[in-house]
Amino acid sequence: MDNHNNIHSLEMKFQSKIDAEVKIEPKDWMPEAYRKTLIRQISQHAHSEIVGMLPEGNWILRAPSLRRKVALLAKVQDEAGHGLYLYSAAETLGISREELFEQLITGKAKYSSIFNYPTLSWADIGAVGWLVDGAAIMNQVMLTRTSYGPYARAMVRICKEESFHQRQGYEILISLSRGTEEQKKMLQDAVDRWWWPALMMFGPNDSASTHSEQSLKWKIKRKSNDELRQDFIDATVLQANYLGVKLPDPNLKWNEERGHYDFGDINWEEFWAVVNGNGPCNKLRLKARKKAQEEGAWVREAAMAHAEKRAKRKAEKVA
Amino acid sequence: MQHSGKSPDTCYLIPATNMNQSLINYTLQIADNNLILGQRLSEWCGHAPELEIDIALTNIALDLIGQSRNLYQYAAELEGKGRSEDDIAYLRDSSRYRNVLLVEQPNEDFAYTIARQFFFDVYNHLFYQELTKSKDERLAEIAEKSLKEINYHIRFSSEWMIRLGDGTKLSHEKIQTAVDDLWDFIGEMTLLNDTDREMLSNGIGVDLNKIRPLYFQKVKEILAEATLNIPVEEPFQKGGKNGIHSEFLGHLLAEMQWMQRAYPGAEW
Ligand SMILES: [Fe+2]
Ligand SMILES: [Fe+2]
Repeated sequence: MDNHNNIHSLEMKFQSKIDAEVKIEPKDWMPEAYRKTLIRQISQHAHSEIVGMLPEGNWILRAPSLRRKVALLAKVQDEAGHGLYLYSAAETLGISREELFEQLITGKAKYSSIFNYPTLSWADIGAVGWLVDGAAIMNQVMLTRTSYGPYARAMVRICKEESFHQRQGYEILISLSRGTEEQKKMLQDAVDRWWWPALMMFGPNDSASTHSEQSLKWKIKRKSNDELRQDFIDATVLQANYLGVKLPDPNLKWNEERGHYDFGDINWEEFWAVVNGNGPCNKLRLKARKKAQEEGAWVREAAMAHAEKRAKRKAEKVA
Repeated sequence: MQHSGKSPDTCYLIPATNMNQSLINYTLQIADNNLILGQRLSEWCGHAPELEIDIALTNIALDLIGQSRNLYQYAAELEGKGRSEDDIAYLRDSSRYRNVLLVEQPNEDFAYTIARQFFFDVYNHLFYQELTKSKDERLAEIAEKSLKEINYHIRFSSEWMIRLGDGTKLSHEKIQTAVDDLWDFIGEMTLLNDTDREMLSNGIGVDLNKIRPLYFQKVKEILAEATLNIPVEEPFQKGGKNGIHSEFLGHLLAEMQWMQRAYPGAEW
């Protein structure tokens, strides 16, 4: 069998495993494009967790009560943990955390554009939990069934915490909805600003999405961008009603025939502008990550140097 | 629970005229250390040298703020005026805060954060060990519960002292600078003020004189292992425990208390 035929039969075998819902594991053969797609997606996801710590971390020091402060700290810490699981999952595909960090701070790798928007009031912390974690869950629940084993398993752990985050965010908003006029205004303002960017989190329409089809075939994704977006909207409208906030979309209404909510046009120009680096906080976020990475270099080097010294001393003792 | 209309800053840490007020003051003195250091550590969240360190520093911040909440709740109960932990934390001005100067010192860099943490952890560990024997059951119970956490803190900060001291030339320099600068503030922790003395004589408070030699012994032991110079022992800065702080605390509180001050009486 020549090389070309050989690869072809490996690919057939690979696809039949996927079709039979057998998980792909790190040591298994996989097409290079599958590996590359996964590295891109998992690292993007990991970077999103880490960059996402910044807008939320923005309110830790100002949290309005000790209970809220502790909850927010714990939440942002969870996101760091999610980043760790995901970097580990990416490492099983043969790339190091250092390389991935490098890709992030040089702007080569992307992260979820939602984190390029600023958190301007305390209500934003509630809105981010409710809408951003809420939208993330839609995607992540799907990914617990993704075809790559380590990614799917990381997602199972992450999903449990994400639904807690969403509830916590919603609870912040409930308090505001029962509060003073100022608090209610704060709530509505936050929802006005976060609603559309949250819908953009699911990515371009299926007709315009470049990676979607192959990802569905490989079962990296199992639902399309538009399906997930619709699921999210359907689940969220009732929660908005309960909060007594108005979602900023005059075209949002129940469509009996479709059994779904119809909604207005997403501003894709804004979406691409933010993806391409021109959102309100793109530069700020990258700068913060870069600063942490650069200013922490001497600490990581010291830890390594010390570990080497210890190992050497131990070896000398033995000898 | 009443919230609205309360003026900030009444009645806390006014000179104690009775035993209950002294116990409140003592409880706040302990709690304030934890809250202020927890707030300082929180500044790292999302910005630490690596993810594992980010998670560890946040863990310690969570423990410390958690401990301060237990103590503020107790102080509020002792006071019996229906005020909450948040009223105590957010509506007191800096002169009513009784934390030691050490914990309000800024992060500067990771070396300062580690040195500050280490100097505090050694004290806190000894202090809580003694506090478990307090006649005041509630304080003893809080101390008992907190000790498990503090065991972890002191391990974390001691290990990092050694890693940085005995790491690279650069890390050695940085941690030595932090040690030299923060050294000025470590004496205050084991000095008794009036509240300490009164609580000690009632069998509630910790005997700081007993802790003092143990404190310096442990500190010097780790500094030696970290191959660091040990500064001369005196003189030390003091004042925080009596409400006279460095310039840093006002800024920390301005940020921390802003929401409660800007929206008086609101529930969050
Ligand atoms: Fe997350
Ligand atoms: Fe989350």
